[in-house]
Amino acid sequence: MSFGPDSRGVLVALKRFGLGPKPGDLSAAAADPRGFILAETQQAGVALLEKPQLAKSSAALQALFADQQNKRAERERTLAQGMASAAQAGLAGSVMAAAPPQMPVTAAIGPDGKPKPQEPTVEQRLFRAEAMARYEKQAAASAGFVERLVAFWSNHFAVSVAKDQFVRVAAGPYEREAIRPYVLGKFADMLKAVESHPAMLFYLDNQRSSGPNSAAGRFAGKGLNENLAREILELHTLGAEGGYSQDDVTALARILTGWSIAQAESEVGTPGAFLFKSNWHEPGAQILLGETYAQTGVRQGEAALADIARHPSTATHIATKLVRHFIADDPPPGMIAKLAKVFRDTDGDLHAVTVALAGDDEAWRLPMTKIRTPNEFLIAAMRATGNLPAEPGPILNMSNALGMPLWQPPGPNGFADTQAAWATPESMKLRLDVAAQLAQRAKDVEHPLGVLDSIAGPEASTETRETVSRAESRQQALAIIFMSPEFQRR
Amino acid sequence: MALPVKTATLSRRALLAAAGSSCALGFLPKTASARSGSDPRFVVIILRGALDGLSAVAPVGDPDYAALHGAIALPPAGEHAALPLDGFFGLHPSMPVFARLYKENRASVIHAVATSYRERSHFDGQDVLESGYPGPGHTESGWLNRAIFALPGSETSRLRGLGVGATAPLVIRGRAPVLGWAPQILPAASDDLAMRVLDLYQHRDAALAAALRIGLETDEMAARGGLSGDMAKARGGMDQPNGMRQAARGAARLLATDDGPRVAALAFDGWDMHANEGGATGQLATRLSGLDGAFEELEMGLGEHWRDTAVLAVTEFGRTARINGTGGSDHGTGAAAFLVGGAVKGGRVIADWPGLKPNQLYQGRDLAPTADLRAVMKGLLADLFRLFPSTLGDKVFPDSAAVQPMPGLLAG
Repeated sequence: MSFGPDSRGVLVALKRFGLGPKPGDLSAAAADPRGFILAETQQAGVALLEKPQLAKSSAALQALFADQQNKRAERERTLAQGMASAAQAGLAGSVMAAAPPQMPVTAAIGPDGKPKPQEPTVEQRLFRAEAMARYEKQAAASAGFVERLVAFWSNHFAVSVAKDQFVRVAAGPYEREAIRPYVLGKFADMLKAVESHPAMLFYLDNQRSSGPNSAAGRFAGKGLNENLAREILELHTLGAEGGYSQDDVTALARILTGWSIAQAESEVGTPGAFLFKSNWHEPGAQILLGETYAQTGVRQGEAALADIARHPSTATHIATKLVRHFIADDPPPGMIAKLAKVFRDTDGDLHAVTVALAGDDEAWRLPMTKIRTPNEFLIAAMRATGNLPAEPGPILNMSNALGMPLWQPPGPNGFADTQAAWATPESMKLRLDVAAQLAQRAKDVEHPLGVLDSIAGPEASTETRETVSRAESRQQALAIIFMSPEFQRR
Repeated sequence: MALPVKTATLSRRALLAAAGSSCALGFLPKTASARSGSDPRFVVIILRGALDGLSAVAPVGDPDYAALHGAIALPPAGEHAALPLDGFFGLHPSMPVFARLYKENRASVIHAVATSYRERSHFDGQDVLESGYPGPGHTESGWLNRAIFALPGSETSRLRGLGVGATAPLVIRGRAPVLGWAPQILPAASDDLAMRVLDLYQHRDAALAAALRIGLETDEMAARGGLSGDMAKARGGMDQPNGMRQAARGAARLLATDDGPRVAALAFDGWDMHANEGGATGQLATRLSGLDGAFEELEMGLGEHWRDTAVLAVTEFGRTARINGTGGSDHGTGAAAFLVGGAVKGGRVIADWPGLKPNQLYQGRDLAPTADLRAVMKGLLADLFRLFPSTLGDKVFPDSAAVQPMPGLLAG
């Protein structure tokens, strides 16, 4: 088997930058590994994910609102019926306490007398459709470099579905609306799309934040919530060491008051969409990072975000995270400096930054010491064998088991991006179990050594090749391939 | 989210390693302990979603309770009555194990207690509860991990933390190494496959070899404790009684192992009940029976070590004193915490009861907190592991020097 003069470069392209080789990918990329991944970034709309069955965030949230409304009405009806029948039977209130009305069990038995499978809730249905579309796109991508960028930015601007059903419903649309259109565009545009998206506003409580001197603030006695403002500065842009103070956090929080979401019953705006509530907005000019923002209304926040996006600390913070993600847990300072300069010189043009990252000779020279995240591991296995399940349940379950539930990081800082976090004893043991499962599920697998060739080519070690060839079964051989350092590392 | 104490902690550990002794800042030598000679176990159970403390441990003697809790209030007498604790408080009838331990002076309740968090987001509330920081936004490490890490290196490695579940709860995550165990969601890979992969790693990848070896050893430890095959298969989610029992059984087996962990964290879900909470029966009753079952599993599984064990079950905040229009309760403030174990000085409801009159409620709606949950946690850590108040007020619970450890929670 021949992969051209640069068999290692092919693997760097498909593993360090991509989502792992599909059968035939090594040959396809052999002539020009760098060109192979850069070509992917040139395809028009390559990062977008739009399908008829995927709803816009406002439509998805409206479906959730309607469902919540129905359930509330149902509960009230049941409660009223319960009270009425209790009164009829002449029972006192204390007996009610002992036997509270339960939700009626509707249609648990089908017409054939068998228990019907439980209907998924609105939020489960929407979430699963989004999950499946994401997995399909990752599994089918040519190199997967752009999908890696999507996952990187989605994790950089993390929201968690553990917050509430609201985020569970909005997380998929959020990634499609606020992340994907901009991964090869301008950082400033992504920042604005993210911080004004209902998923982020809800996740970090900005819809509850009101200016102390705003009409709503004075009336309701509510106040400022600094959650979003703090995470914008600490996580999304400047970074914890980026040179801002608590006063800056408070100033940005004031600037962003009124950035909110139109509720179900809202008379203005589209329910489930961004809504600027001017009567919640703190009036007056604000000083942020030494700049005075005298604009009024939503323009004040837009101006502030545009400036933070091009702050030198932001360039360094983003460059550091990109190099850590793609190259090494301890990112080489030289690479960070080069990338940060491109970020600054191009005013945060992420296509230029991406090209610079993939064009850096260091990136092709340094050893592949990173470990795949659980999601990358699962997708790489699906790509290697071409076995994507018909529904997302199995992948979601394996992701949960491996500690990386989809769109559910432990905090707004997203999932960790180091070997220390992912190659723990418990998670390596779980990866082994998952590898065995994946191997069991894989159908129509050709000779295991053929799979090894298609994922590692001539770069597979002698030991791995021998361990695979001595396996007692085809399934065991495949599990060993999935667990091999060649497959785990990128 | 850098750890603010990173440098200081590192240099102190280096110092300890050099000194090779336990005479260090923040830690009393073992002989100074009132509980010397014991090998204590500490289990923390996080109840996610905000447990309704006024239903779990009902102030049946408070003249305002029945009206506020309305249809779901527990009656002081009758068929579905609260189990009597001290005449004023009654325990939810779905917790007979806790009631027995209370009678045996091995269980206490701490009531009208709260963290420093005064907003009403579960997510932030849990971060504060688990991180031990005064405010939200710290998700790098938890107070239990930092307590282990604050001990001398030899103690840190001997005590070892255990996180139960696919992801360890934040409270036990951090820089001190932590073992993980989860009821098996997927069938386990065969030993044969495990050995082949481990052998390959030993030739090709030392870091992966080290991690996988420890992972397999933990599994083996669990199997020696009787947790293998069918017993290790997931029985239900962490919001189901079977799942809670099973997680506790697993933790107990590992904690009881001689070379096993000494400190464990579990998280049980599903306490957020805005509707149809239920009184003596219903959703809350189901969850509480799971928690009660978990206490029983810990007691049985720890065997002779139960006498050296303290188990603390805590939630991020309480719920509204008045039930809402849908038979549930909304996010509140003052909560109840459970403390059980052979090491506990029990038979008490520890509370500076604030009352439930409108002007006594926090913001006119919630049970007012009169105790700081960190005082409870500090009191336990001080007595179990002899951590100094200064360490507890700085490294373990940052910026909390003013919160004094609650004394006398454990039997002397």
